[in-house]
Formats: sequence, C-alpha cells, structure tokens
Amino acid sequence: MAELIAKSPCAGLLPLTVGGLTLSEETPAAMTSVAPYQGQMDVLSAAMKASHGMGFPAPGRSTGKAGNRAIWFSRDMALLMGPAADASLADHAALTDQSDGWAVVRLEGEQAAEVLARLTPADLRPSVFKRGHTARSEVAHMMGSITKVGESAFVVMVFRSMAQTLVHDLKTAMEAVAARG
Amino acid sequence: MRITCPVCGERDRREFTYKEAALARPEAGADLEDWDAYVHLRENPAGVTRELWYHEMGCSAWIVVTRNTVTHAMLGSELASGADLGGKR
Repeated sequence: MAELIAKSPCAGLLPLTVGGLTLSEETPAAMTSVAPYQGQMDVLSAAMKASHGMGFPAPGRSTGKAGNRAIWFSRDMALLMGPAADASLADHAALTDQSDGWAVVRLEGEQAAEVLARLTPADLRPSVFKRGHTARSEVAHMMGSITKVGESAFVVMVFRSMAQTLVHDLKTAMEAVAARG
Repeated sequence: MRITCPVCGERDRREFTYKEAALARPEAGADLEDWDAYVHLRENPAGVTRELWYHEMGCSAWIVVTRNTVTHAMLGSELASGADLGGKR
C-alpha cells in the first residue's frame, strides 16, 4: 500500500507572527463529538470524569486543560480534544470521530480579543468571556468555535475545508489591529 | 437585533436563521382544511408574533421567539422542542 503522508489543515500556512500577535496551529491527537442519549447526561458526565478526568461541560464552558480538554460544542454536545474517547462513553452517548474535520488554531497576544472582535459578533470582553469560556458563533461568516484558553489566548476552530480562509481572515485582522498600535 | 437563545444567551441576529410563524402541527388524521391552514395561511400581525428561528451559527437549537414587530421588543424565547408545536419526541 502507498505510504500516505498526513497533512494538518493549516500545513504551509502557519505559524504566523504579526506585531505582538501570534497565530499557530494546534493538532490534537483526536477529536470526538460526544452527544449524550436522552436522560444520560449525568451518567455520561460521571463516566467522563472516571475515564478522562473531566466532566461534561455546561453550555458555554470547557473542562480539562490543554491536551486533554472537553469543550461545549452545541446543544447537548461536547467535543473531546486530545485523548481518544474511552469506549465506556459509548454506552451513554453517540461518539463521532471529528479528528480530521476541524482546523484548530491558537491566537495569542495582548490584542487577541480585538482581532477576534473584527470577525465575530460574540461578546469576548474579558468581563464576560473568561478563561475556560467557549462559544459557538460566526467567525468571518463561517460556523466556528471560540474558546478562551489563557488570559490573552484563544483557540479558534472552523471546518477543515475553510482553513485557508480562516488563516487569511485572521491574518488580515491581525495586521489591521497591529497597524493601529 | 439581539435574540436571546435559551441555551447560549443573548446573541447577535446574524447567528440565527428565520423560518416562519411558529404554528402547532395538526394532529395525525386532521382534515384537509387544517393542513391547508397550517401550510399556507399566515397572519401578518402588527404587534406580538411567535416565530421559529434556528441558531445556525451557534448551538443548532430551534427556538420559538416572541417579539413585537411594531416596537421591535424581544419578549421571550424558548426551545421549540418544549413549545407544544405538535409531533412526537
């Protein structure tokens, strides 16, 4: 069989530094959407705690830490990022492998929130959107996910097929924000 | 316009897609006139309306939004699944 070389969604596009802002790609080993069956939310959360060390995140929140994170991903759905989903979760939830489906980038810098404010209507003010908070929203007219992972660091995700657009739009916004000083 | 999603909270209108008036689906076995009204007949009220919106860019929930078309006031929202619109879960 042919030796196939896996390419990450943003291969050849990142990393990128503009002024005090950096944009880099994150490549979680696995991404799995976890959608609990009806009435199984509590059992599932306990199972996640037992096997992955973090519960099912409340709407707009994430649990865990870098490399082992669960982010709220839509109504009654979370995305497990990092570890492969434990088989025990399948008793309580529909698990779907999304590993190759999403482009994941990390935007870091003091003005990161100002950059994102140019691309999304979500309210990212520090008083409202704190570390660990996450939102599904519009990112440059694409369906996206934004998670605050540090005081001035965000993880932004869009469908993999739109990786180039995401990088282009983020780069344009980063340059515009950096130019204002 | 800002719409309050029961799951996500207050969000920009751009995240939502409008469908139509929120009407209860006729029961199985309803006569033709009920179905005709459900499919074709619509009010065009100046005032309070109930509408179906889809939080497409957000949590993917269907919601019923109550708003006033005259004052543009948003009066409330609830998940469509709990809004007695007919059908079975």
